[in-house]
Amino acid sequence: MRRWVWVALPLLWMAASAGPVHAPSGGEGTGVSLKEVFGVEWPGWRAFGEVVMLKKHNTRVVVLSTCWLGVSAGLVGSFLLLRKRSLMSDTLSHACLPGIGLAFLLATAAGMEGKSLPLLLLGATVSGTLGVGWVMAIRNTSRIKDDAAMGIVLSVFFGLGVVMLSLAQQVGGSAAGLESFIYGKTASIVDQDYAILKWVAVSVMGVALLLQKEFTLICFDEAFARSQGWPVHALDLMLLLLVTGVTVAGLQAVGLILIIAYMIIPAASARFWTHRSRVMLVLAAVIGGISGWLGASVSALIPGLPAGALIVLVSGTVFLFSMVFGSARGVLKQSLAHRRLRRKVGRQHLLRAVYELREEGRASRRDPVVNGPVAVEALLAKRSWTRTKLMRLIRRARREDLTEKVTPERLQLSESGFGEAARHTRNHRLWELYLIRFADVAPRHVDRDADRVEHVLGSDLVRKLEEELDEVRRERPLPESPHALGDPERGGA
Amino acid sequence: MTWMPMDTWIVVTGALCAAACALPGCFLVLRKMSMMGDAISHAVLPGLAIAFLATGSRASATMFIGAAVVGLLTAVFTQWVSRFGNVDRGAAMGIVFTTLFALGLLLIVRAADKVDLDAGCVLYGNIEWTPLDTVETPWGMAPRAALVLGGVLAVNTALILLLFKEFRIAAFDPELATASGIHAGFMHYLLMMMVAVTTVASFEAVGSIIVIAMLVVPATTAWLLTDRLGVMLGLSVVFGTLSAFLGHVAAILVPPWFGFTSANTSGMMATVAGLMFAGVWGGQLLGRGRRRS
Repeated sequence: MRRWVWVALPLLWMAASAGPVHAPSGGEGTGVSLKEVFGVEWPGWRAFGEVVMLKKHNTRVVVLSTCWLGVSAGLVGSFLLLRKRSLMSDTLSHACLPGIGLAFLLATAAGMEGKSLPLLLLGATVSGTLGVGWVMAIRNTSRIKDDAAMGIVLSVFFGLGVVMLSLAQQVGGSAAGLESFIYGKTASIVDQDYAILKWVAVSVMGVALLLQKEFTLICFDEAFARSQGWPVHALDLMLLLLVTGVTVAGLQAVGLILIIAYMIIPAASARFWTHRSRVMLVLAAVIGGISGWLGASVSALIPGLPAGALIVLVSGTVFLFSMVFGSARGVLKQSLAHRRLRRKVGRQHLLRAVYELREEGRASRRDPVVNGPVAVEALLAKRSWTRTKLMRLIRRARREDLTEKVTPERLQLSESGFGEAARHTRNHRLWELYLIRFADVAPRHVDRDADRVEHVLGSDLVRKLEEELDEVRRERPLPESPHALGDPERGGA
Repeated sequence: MTWMPMDTWIVVTGALCAAACALPGCFLVLRKMSMMGDAISHAVLPGLAIAFLATGSRASATMFIGAAVVGLLTAVFTQWVSRFGNVDRGAAMGIVFTTLFALGLLLIVRAADKVDLDAGCVLYGNIEWTPLDTVETPWGMAPRAALVLGGVLAVNTALILLLFKEFRIAAFDPELATASGIHAGFMHYLLMMMVAVTTVASFEAVGSIIVIAMLVVPATTAWLLTDRLGVMLGLSVVFGTLSAFLGHVAAILVPPWFGFTSANTSGMMATVAGLMFAGVWGGQLLGRGRRRS
């Protein structure tokens, strides 16, 4: 249940803060700031409604195209991200350019219509596949790493593409518009493009979902997949084929530079919200689809703003939000968890230090350890902590009712605090004994090693340790420390 | 075909750019950050646009500063996203640079009403036209782009010569560098600064995508041939210069065979650099195959 709080709270906050700002504006109010920033007019809520509800045919085609593209790219991009190959899509999209140019030149030379879309896309697919194949070949046959291989193929193929385009321009005026593959021409998507895009998106999603289990396997544990006899190379190739399909289909819509954002950003955003790969797939597809829909809608509303860029900015915003507030790996969540752990460690150090001081202060070793006051000065000498830090730990312990009777010089644990201290010291000793017995660690060194592990010992592990160390079972309450306590040479660790 | 003084200047400009890129490129390749050049060269677009919108002029100095700052920010943001968000480094780079590029595109649309500044001129560059824009020097007229790139090359060379030891340790073993009192983070950002400045300076001359080629391809080709950093730096400069020269020659010579007049020079330079890499790589493959059989 708590996981959903992380989703719901920010959403509520957004809804709450967005509500009053927009409601009274009635369409004209927000125009001022938009005009200041981008020099464009806000067309009003009626036009907004028309676009969002997809009333006009042109807008519908554009918005649906980017939406399909976002969904399929988010899906495929998730696998790429998990496989740590995100930038491969960048290389791939750049490597498509010479194919487009060459296809145009060849088709024109053969007397066909050079700008026939299927031909151009075929050329893009072939040269994109060649580029990716070359990356794999370079990586597998030399000491050159992934990044340099991708950089080489990307820049060389793009350079070749620029050459091809410069040649294509000399064939006649008909080559104008080939540049739209670089930056994209979202607003000029027509029914034919939409049909291709939809068909590609649906088949890519179908294959990706069918092979979901296999792809997940090679993403997370390639060696295991190979040892189980899965055709890792074939699966890799299949994945790259899917990426190629989405890239080529999306080239015309958003351009080859921004298509990579479609692949990476929704998947990376989804990763912050979940640890389950299936949930991540769905989330990435949803985020991609929503970004495509929103970005294209805004661009349709405000003439002159390129849709490709808007879509990327929308998904970039989603990414930033997810990175901060994500319920699984968000920065906020992580830092809170980190702080909790730090506090726990500090508390346990304090408790054990007090317990050990009480233990040292006994008259004889056979006496039981009882609760009582300890001097703050003695505590200070026990570990390498500063006075400020120690005082902060003591104050926090007081707030958690672990201590009572705190004065600047002395403190005494409460009943529950003392029980906790005994339990914790016991865990520490158990781990120390275990290390000495089974890991051959010298008793003088064991304290520091145990110091790191003791905070994460679960009750299962403690029970297991008790079973392993049978003498502990005999002297049930607490084993003696295996080394001298308060040895100043160890820096009081 | 006749070789004119203009062609010499084109080759000189291209060679200066290639050499200036190849030097920091070697360290990018060694630190496995080759795609950083790609990222920075796209991401500086908003820097250019903001500098223009703020000052209202296309003065080189402000645009230069704006682009260099955003270039450095790209490196910083990428570092943040990959460390705090625990995102794979490549993906972090892709997220940051595409978002910045998209922002730049929007800003440029805004700026385009007033000035001839479009994404195309940033990404392609126009090396064929650089000889037309000349400035007076004590030794005669020289293209401005050649002077700028010569300056960048001089700065890059001086920095690498001065800090050779530090760069080398930071490139191969950042932990050792930190342990021996060299601030590895500082060296990282110094390198990023070099890449950003070089990239921006090369925009006008050869266009950013060719900068990526010159950052990565000559350095990798050199790395295939040697294990010594000094030799690698030297070889990469040689390969870069060669591909600039051969690229221009090819741009003039090859297209007429197929009935065209000429091809885009900067695109051809990248292509030739790629051919040279393919030659070295293929040669080694063949050699290895023969030795094995």
